[in-house]
Amino acid sequence: MELFKPEIGLIIWMLIPFLVVFGLLAKFAWPSIIRGVEERGKFIDDSLQSAKEANERLAGIKEEGEQILAAARSEQMQILKEAAAMRESLIEEARKQARSEGEKLLRKAQEDIAKEREEAIRQIRREVALLSVDIAEKVIRKHLDDKDKQIDVVNRLLDEINISKS
Amino acid sequence: MSFFQAIKSFRLCFVLLLFSVTTSNLWAADTEEKASFDLKEMIFSHLSDSYDWHLITLGEKEISIPLPVIVRSDERGWFVFLSSRFEHGHAAYEGFRISNSERYNGKIVELGLNGEELRPFDLSMTKNVVSILLTAVLLLLIFLPLAREYRREPLKSRRGFSGSMEMLIMAIYNDVIKPCVGKDYKKFAPYLLTAFFFIFLSNLLGLIPLFPGGANVTGNISVTFALALCTFLITNFFGTREYWREIFWPDVPFLLKLPLPIMPFVEILGIFTKPFALMVRLFANMMAGHMIILVLAGLIFIFYALLGAAASSVVSVLSLLFSIFMLTLDVLISFIQAYVFTMLSAIFIGMARVEHHKH
Repeated sequence: MELFKPEIGLIIWMLIPFLVVFGLLAKFAWPSIIRGVEERGKFIDDSLQSAKEANERLAGIKEEGEQILAAARSEQMQILKEAAAMRESLIEEARKQARSEGEKLLRKAQEDIAKEREEAIRQIRREVALLSVDIAEKVIRKHLDDKDKQIDVVNRLLDEINISKS
Repeated sequence: MSFFQAIKSFRLCFVLLLFSVTTSNLWAADTEEKASFDLKEMIFSHLSDSYDWHLITLGEKEISIPLPVIVRSDERGWFVFLSSRFEHGHAAYEGFRISNSERYNGKIVELGLNGEELRPFDLSMTKNVVSILLTAVLLLLIFLPLAREYRREPLKSRRGFSGSMEMLIMAIYNDVIKPCVGKDYKKFAPYLLTAFFFIFLSNLLGLIPLFPGGANVTGNISVTFALALCTFLITNFFGTREYWREIFWPDVPFLLKLPLPIMPFVEILGIFTKPFALMVRLFANMMAGHMIILVLAGLIFIFYALLGAAASSVVSVLSLLFSIFMLTLDVLISFIQAYVFTMLSAIFIGMARVEHHKH
């Protein structure tokens, strides 16, 4: 039954290597291995968490971008509408202005034309007067080419003056 | 595809079996001269520690590795020599010899003045000692480089051997040590992990029948005694005030404590029975595993001696198949026993770290 009897020699020979291995592994192996594994686990968890957050942020950004895009589009519509309205009003204004300007010009032209016509009429009148004087002169000259007639005229004129004097 | 593979592997098994039958018969034929096969002697010589490492017996010649014997006689002092001086137990050297008596069978003894056998203080490096040292060196070779790897690149993912070691370490750490020890599990994790891997590796090495393995280390009561002693010392050294109070002044009716300290006596007994159970459980399980395989192998020779070659062939096949089954089971048991030892140690430590709770 020596199988069931502990041997002091073997116990000592068991304790020494076991404790040496325990000391070495406790100092150099187990802490670094466990720390390494836990660090890695933490790193993986953190990475997953930050990836999730990044995804969420990305989704938020996308949504925000869409919102911005939609806003921009509506604003564009607004601007276009405004521009169209402004164009209309501008054209209207321009048209009105053009009309009034045209009327003014027309009026002025009419006035000018009237003025010019008066002037022309006046000038023509003057010309006619001159011409008639000329013509009268020529006629008179023709009438008075003999002496009798001249004396007759002078007499008549004198008579006329006398009459007027009396 | 898998069907053909199955057939192929079955055929391979069959060929191996046939081969083993013929060789075992040849082997048996070699020993035909021996009238009977001493199964008990064979089993006990394999299970117990020895002063040399027996490799193989070729015919009459025993080939073994001699190991250093270190003994201290009470009167004559220290002696250091190789175990080959004993010539496998046939010779005495310097007054020492290997005993055949009932009391000191297989151990080194010296003769006293009256001719009685005296046991000297024996620090010999026996087969188990060499196996323990081998286990220790292997543990250092496995875990120190692994730890260096972790220090260098802690964030790298591990594959292959490192990965499986990591899995084992973290399984023990997270599923055994953390829940069983409780609050300050980090302080006790190094001891428990070392104990687990020491026992597990020794168990596995013990299953290998060839030279560097095959020693019955964890099936030796001295080894399990040493391990249980460590757990015992740690448990009681780190026991809290509450732990000791529960031993000497437990919450039981007064009469169970004072005139006659029945409960304190039971509790004090409990301090020792816990590590004792640890010691016996590991020892008995591992020794039984070795013993069953040895018995199965021995059956072949017994049946040959009793009934001749024909019966022995049938038995060889059966016992070989059963040996394979038992060896596979022993691999499982190797793990389970290491696991159980670690878990119970962790529980005992956890019980000793009990905090005072309000009623």
